Amino acid sequence: MKTTDELLRIRDLHTGFRIKDTYFDAVDGVSLSLRKNEILAIVGESGCGKSTLATSVIGLLDRNKTRIQGEILYKNKNLASMTEDELNEIRGLDISMIFQDPLSALNPLMRIGDQIEESLIYHTDLTKEQRRERVIELLNQVGIRNPERVARQFPHQLSGGMRQRVIIAIAISCKPQIIIADEPTTALDVTIQAQILDLLIDLQNETGAGIILITHDLGVVAEVADRVAVMYAGEIIEEAPVEELFNNPKHPYTRSLFNSIPQMNEENARLNVIEGIVPSLINLPREGCRFSSRISWIPEEAHEDNPTLHEVSPGHFVRCTCWKHFHFKSDIGGSHHVYAD
Amino acid sequence: MFMQINNLKVHYPVRGGFFNRVIDHVHAVDGITMEFEKGKAYGLVGESGCGKSTTGKSIIGLEKITSGKIIYEGEDVTNKRRDRKSAYNRDIQMIFQDSHSAMNPRKRVQDILAEPIRNFLKLSPQEERRRINELLAIVGMPEDSRLKYPHEFSGGQKQRLGIARAIATNPKIIIADEPVSALDLSVQAQVLNFMKDIQNEYGLTYLFISHDLGVVKHMCDHISIMYKGRFVETGSTGEIFGNPQHIYTKRLLSAIPEVSPNGREERKRERLNVETHYQKEHSKSFDEKGRVFDLVPISNSHFVAASPTSKEVI
Repeated sequence: MKTTDELLRIRDLHTGFRIKDTYFDAVDGVSLSLRKNEILAIVGESGCGKSTLATSVIGLLDRNKTRIQGEILYKNKNLASMTEDELNEIRGLDISMIFQDPLSALNPLMRIGDQIEESLIYHTDLTKEQRRERVIELLNQVGIRNPERVARQFPHQLSGGMRQRVIIAIAISCKPQIIIADEPTTALDVTIQAQILDLLIDLQNETGAGIILITHDLGVVAEVADRVAVMYAGEIIEEAPVEELFNNPKHPYTRSLFNSIPQMNEENARLNVIEGIVPSLINLPREGCRFSSRISWIPEEAHEDNPTLHEVSPGHFVRCTCWKHFHFKSDIGGSHHVYAD
Repeated sequence: MFMQINNLKVHYPVRGGFFNRVIDHVHAVDGITMEFEKGKAYGLVGESGCGKSTTGKSIIGLEKITSGKIIYEGEDVTNKRRDRKSAYNRDIQMIFQDSHSAMNPRKRVQDILAEPIRNFLKLSPQEERRRINELLAIVGMPEDSRLKYPHEFSGGQKQRLGIARAIATNPKIIIADEPVSALDLSVQAQVLNFMKDIQNEYGLTYLFISHDLGVVKHMCDHISIMYKGRFVETGSTGEIFGNPQHIYTKRLLSAIPEVSPNGREERKRERLNVETHYQKEHSKSFDEKGRVFDLVPISNSHFVAASPTSKEVI
């Protein structure tokens, strides 16, 4: 790993939420690094902790109800231990975020131009005229056709795709080093999704920023990501470069997920169902392989007592040893028709 | 022919002006024709706002029809859609996208499932109880869930309860409006498998409304692509995916992300290609008002919207 390219390093991060005076870790010992000019995708199903990880990095969690332990190192400073004021100096300038629902992320009573200008006022010394120019330039950059007009409009007058473009314009307004995109295209139609993803890649190529892309959509990951981390129950269970992960998935969870996609090329095949349900935060097993209860046909000896990430090939990490002994339940015949609860 | 929809139109009035008069109409559904065969699954695909949900709702009678006919088993049922005595009302049921908000939170599962039974079947309390247990067994839920409330279940379980309610009266057609879009991948797989199983077992006909072409391809025999209230292309699943004709269909297909990083640069180039083509050909593919042309057959089952003046298909 070239440390010169490294923008962000997360070391053993634990983010816990308080439930009845006990803290339960939704992110449980995550270590990651983000490099320059890279799109790092974090995938997983709802409740796996991927959004909590993102909001921990940018410090948007309520400090009275959460506990963040570990290190989030950016330019040798630990974001996890910063005060709100210190974070405000970094948020928007060095690290910015793109949200899932553009309508609720925009102020409905403020004109588009003013909303983009806000972070310029806070972080730069530009004069009013210069800021106006920059707003138009940004709107142009995100592919909005008549920027002068849009700058005077309100969010409700724009379509979903246009609103997401505005959100992106706000996010890139101060040329941040790191962009965190939390499900940026989930609320959009496929054609708009393709345009927004292309836009993100183009902007990245221009600015060289590192992007953390949080998503549940493996198709989106395959289209844009450079490196992928798969999360399950608060932990990273597999991490690899994108080609490696899609062509050579190892962990049982990753393989199960791939098999439950209604593949674009196999018709009428039965989709794989993962037994059981994602455990809730309180019931999360904190010891042993967290996925073991959902692959009950794999013998216990296959799992490690304290599963750690193992490097199976350069850059490809897999948690636990159960992948070596994993096979799909249907492979030994029989029990397809059991519906798991 | 099992069921037929002829030139269905749903127009909403737009009011305005001094006396709040009707000044215009929104053509949510603007003349669509479909034919249903028994035991087949039909997909209705389009982007948000294209009228696909309105189509589903108007077929089942949750939405007023402006003009057009619905013929079910040889009988015109257009005005009987909400008539409790008609067989049509019993034979057609709906599965909603958000099963949580589609269920009364203050009712127990047994009362939720009993509702259609009490409406349409005259059963004694014992028979009703038996039927409810049977339904829970079909959707793979334990019997004790009958005394629970909807909020006690996970998303996938709730969706299965929604399906149990839809099949309570042994319907022949089920309209499924985005039944899996709110679910996680592995739960989605569970619900889709299950919907296929009951289709095979009971010979159900599905109208599957979705924006997710992957899901529709997996589930459906026949697909119609909708845009601005009209069909731009309709054909068998193989024809739509293997031989798309209309530029809008091509654009939609090229936008779907593939679950493989291999060759993504090439796909992006292709996508931008189709997009420029779409912008250029826009005027040729739609009439002056931006309305989709009427469908023209290119094979027995494959129809494409094309301008009446152009001889060859776009």
